Amino acid sequence: MADTLYRSQVLPSDVFAALPEGLSVTIESHVAMAGLRLRDLAEVLNTTPPVQPNTWAATPDGQMVWLGPDEWLVTSRDQQPHELESTLREAVKERGGAAVDVSAQRLSLRLSGVLARDLLSLGCSLDLHPSVFTVGSSAQTALGMTNVVLLALDSAGEDYRIFVRSSFAGYLADWIVDASAEYVN
Amino acid sequence: MSSDFRVEGYGRVDRDQTLTFTFDGRTYTGHPGDTIASALLANGVHTLGSSVKLGRPRGIGASWTEDATGLIQVEEPFPEPMLLATAVELVDGMVVRGLNGQGRLAQIPDTARYDRKYHHVDTLVIGAGPAGLVAARAAARRGERVALLDDRAEAGGSLTGTETIDGRPSRDFVAEVTTELAGNAQVVHLPRTTAFGHYDDGFVLALERRTDHLSDPPAGRSRQRVHRVRAKKVVVATGAHERPIVFADNDRPGILLAASARDLLHRYGVLAGREIVVFTSDDAAYAAALDLVAAGAKVTVLEVRAQAPAGAGDLHVITGARVLSTRAVLPADETVGNHGRIASVAVMDGGGHEFGLTCDLLLVSGGWNPTAHLFSHVRGPLAYDEALGAFRPARSVPGVEVVGAADGVLDLAGCLGPEVTAGDEPERTPGEVIWRVPGATDRQFVDVQRDATVADIARAVGAGLRSVEHVKRYTTIGTAHDQGKTTGVIAAGIAAELLGTGVQDLGTTTFRPPYTPVAFAALAGRERGELFDPVRTTAVHDWHVAHGAVFEDVGQWKRARHYPQPGEDMEAAVLRECTAVRGGVGILDGSTLGKIDVQGPDSAVLLDRLYTNMMSSLKVGSVRYGVMCGVDGMVIDDGTVLRLADDRFMVITTTGGAAKILDWMEEWVQTEWPGLRVHLASVTEQWAVFPVVGPRSREVIGAVFPGLDVANAAFPFMTWRDTVLDGVPVRVARISFSGELAYEVNVNAWYAPAMWERLLEAGAPHGITPYGTETMHVLRAEKGYPIIGQDTDGTVTPHDLGMAWAVSKKKPDFVGKRSFARPLNADPLRKQLVGLLPTDSTTKLPEGSQIVELCDDGVLPAPPVPMLGHVTSSYRSAALGRPFALALLKGGRERVGDIVHVPVGGQLVAAQITSSVLVDPEGARRDG
Repeated sequence: MADTLYRSQVLPSDVFAALPEGLSVTIESHVAMAGLRLRDLAEVLNTTPPVQPNTWAATPDGQMVWLGPDEWLVTSRDQQPHELESTLREAVKERGGAAVDVSAQRLSLRLSGVLARDLLSLGCSLDLHPSVFTVGSSAQTALGMTNVVLLALDSAGEDYRIFVRSSFAGYLADWIVDASAEYVN
Repeated sequence: MSSDFRVEGYGRVDRDQTLTFTFDGRTYTGHPGDTIASALLANGVHTLGSSVKLGRPRGIGASWTEDATGLIQVEEPFPEPMLLATAVELVDGMVVRGLNGQGRLAQIPDTARYDRKYHHVDTLVIGAGPAGLVAARAAARRGERVALLDDRAEAGGSLTGTETIDGRPSRDFVAEVTTELAGNAQVVHLPRTTAFGHYDDGFVLALERRTDHLSDPPAGRSRQRVHRVRAKKVVVATGAHERPIVFADNDRPGILLAASARDLLHRYGVLAGREIVVFTSDDAAYAAALDLVAAGAKVTVLEVRAQAPAGAGDLHVITGARVLSTRAVLPADETVGNHGRIASVAVMDGGGHEFGLTCDLLLVSGGWNPTAHLFSHVRGPLAYDEALGAFRPARSVPGVEVVGAADGVLDLAGCLGPEVTAGDEPERTPGEVIWRVPGATDRQFVDVQRDATVADIARAVGAGLRSVEHVKRYTTIGTAHDQGKTTGVIAAGIAAELLGTGVQDLGTTTFRPPYTPVAFAALAGRERGELFDPVRTTAVHDWHVAHGAVFEDVGQWKRARHYPQPGEDMEAAVLRECTAVRGGVGILDGSTLGKIDVQGPDSAVLLDRLYTNMMSSLKVGSVRYGVMCGVDGMVIDDGTVLRLADDRFMVITTTGGAAKILDWMEEWVQTEWPGLRVHLASVTEQWAVFPVVGPRSREVIGAVFPGLDVANAAFPFMTWRDTVLDGVPVRVARISFSGELAYEVNVNAWYAPAMWERLLEAGAPHGITPYGTETMHVLRAEKGYPIIGQDTDGTVTPHDLGMAWAVSKKKPDFVGKRSFARPLNADPLRKQLVGLLPTDSTTKLPEGSQIVELCDDGVLPAPPVPMLGHVTSSYRSAALGRPFALALLKGGRERVGDIVHVPVGGQLVAAQITSSVLVDPEGARRDG
């Protein structure tokens, strides 16, 4: 047995290994995430949460994704999950806000490649054309039959981040692999 | 006779390649680009099968999906019934049968892929004929995002190649436009894609046929794809369908629409007959006749009108003529593939003289029906046009434009519009609208596929039907695969004639999706097999799989039900697991339980209002069981609540109730009590939860968490403690769903497998046994703990469950409280949760069994037999050494000790009513 309590991956590391050229999915494991609720807007983590619906903003070590008028998903590469929660909770508690550790609630996937947008169009009903779903956009939508939070990371429609509920990650991986068979000639 | 009706110099099929196929057991050849229909006609085969009701020979009647009759059964490559021969593209090795009435679904699984794709465009153009091409090009040149859907394999629509556009051959024009569109990244041009449904707000569904025409399709490509297109503007450029004229025996093989014969010639190089009679009241048939003459046929035109139109050329035209009937007397050696085929027509000319004409093909043209289906789908109003003899769009619909022949524009120049110049066309002479020729009405077919005749319409009208919609339903006209594309308006016209009224007075035909038939497989898309519904798994799912778990579906979750050892069935495995838990220690993956983080100064206020019992009095560090009711006072969920801080709780819901309860709580917070300072968040997947259960659980927990004082006094029942393991925060709660000493270990699910293994390793000296949901169910049932949704059904109050103690009498209000004051809630005969012990100590009562009063003679009396209740849960108990059950029973708690009967498979099983708590009623095992 390992000396420390080890972390596990939600998905097998090779699940996306055989995707066709032009399509890649990277499993971004163990990103600390917290749900942030705040009615009176204030700067947290040196960042003012984005107020434009369906957008995300960069923080010094992660992202802050608009989920609702008083609700954001905050990610952090540098903090431990419980640290992120307590940092945020301290920052917003007095203002009637809330913060909760949801690091393991969702899995972060990075979908990229020239086929990325086409793949999404096989299961997502939104208009993801880069002129519409511009860089900095986010959406809470369905991909296949699971809910996801989708972020546009570039202006070419070739780089996305997908947050999926961990228990649905296996389904979504199966869906992506199945849908990508289309591009194998 | 020669079997080759292919004409040199015509058609765009690839004659360098030959494809072989069989039809009704005989082998034929064709070429890439052919349809089954064109290949059969090239081989002189007209007859496909026989009709569904009357058994009359039937063949090919058109060249595309408007064909009202030409259905086939494809056997290979994959069996599919009721396909139109005109719409199935030929590939090598196909096996096809004619249909005698109905087809046959495949008896083997369909391994092809189906999927869907979403599109968003500024302009969607449906139809790639001249009007559609011009519209798509214009939209693309405006810089718009454009989709162009074309149901045929190649663009051009009705253009035959003989026309001139912008001073060059029409095919060159088509090629130029499609090349321009192909070079524009903002344009999607989909051939073989039929828009079949048009819905509000510019939403169109289309079916693309992607692989059937390929001899060796890529394995991963979907066979069919449903395109879901959202467009700011929809341009309907779907053309028009030629309309026949009804006469006696008009259903024979060898009778085609005139433009279809022309299409067959130019598209496939097929001359559908050599001795041709054309029966027409419209100019378009002359262009067909002239082309067929040029290709080598002998043609006689029977013109309904008194004068031949300008484009008649030197065709042999008999004016004022009518086809009275047809005959089919073929020499015996010509009947293969041609049974019942036309051999002559009986004609009456303008002077009333009757005579016969021999022929091998009769072409009919009675004018054109604008293909306005997709306009009609979005309630685009259609009105009868007297001159056209058809319905056409009457008024505009916002966001929808109908162009070209679909709008009743029948000349090429009109379809192309002002930006493009059409070559000279003969001036159109007004057509004459003629629905039918006098004759034997029971042989005058209106809907050929349905075997519905003019006589049927007469019967409908005679029965008093006045609306064309009613006539359709009475006669079934327009309900076959073609949905009356060519003859729907004829039915209305004939009904109007019979009623002596105008077509417009019979009501307007409306169209509904789908425009052409769509297979359910295509609509299902990727959602079948493993992807039929998402499968949710916990962080330790792989361990369960590796250790032979048998899974059960709980909502979308896969939960380990039991872990059979070699040779064990479920019953044996569950008895073993139960014994291990009550005798030593077991471990369960309880991660699927719903978990809701409740934060904010008013958290306790919210929970007091939503639970029946008091939550505000719960101390930080403690746990309380709670029940939630709907506004009707019926139990909707139960679970435990952990108070994490003054302003923070963790609410645990049932696995199946997680999403519903979060929605329920959010609804109250957002709509009724927006002033409450409280926030809710799902943390179901955040926390892996592993109950470690049984008298030895304290040793296991103590060994794994050295920082935790597990002594009963320091860590009593219904409390929780935070600890840290290798730097990772862990929350342990003393909650028991079995009555045993138990600790629920909660950890960030990143660490779930590691934590699970630690617990197993520490438990190994004590024989720790992983157990599944079935054992969990038995253990909780032995203690009388209900499962909401199994032991309850939406009509059960907390009091019915014996949980009056969980209903606060102190709180001023909570959801459901008011309903408890209803007199019915105090009815002593309400069904209450009790235990049942079969007196034979061996019968396991089936769940759902009805309970009746004890029948003294052991025989169930004649119905009606009063029902006292039913069995809700039933198991074999290792602890009791016998089967037992929970049941909802009228006035049950007052009847403890009584014997009742439970009919099981024709026998009456006696069972004694007991308390619902059967194991450890005094709760002695709770603290170990």
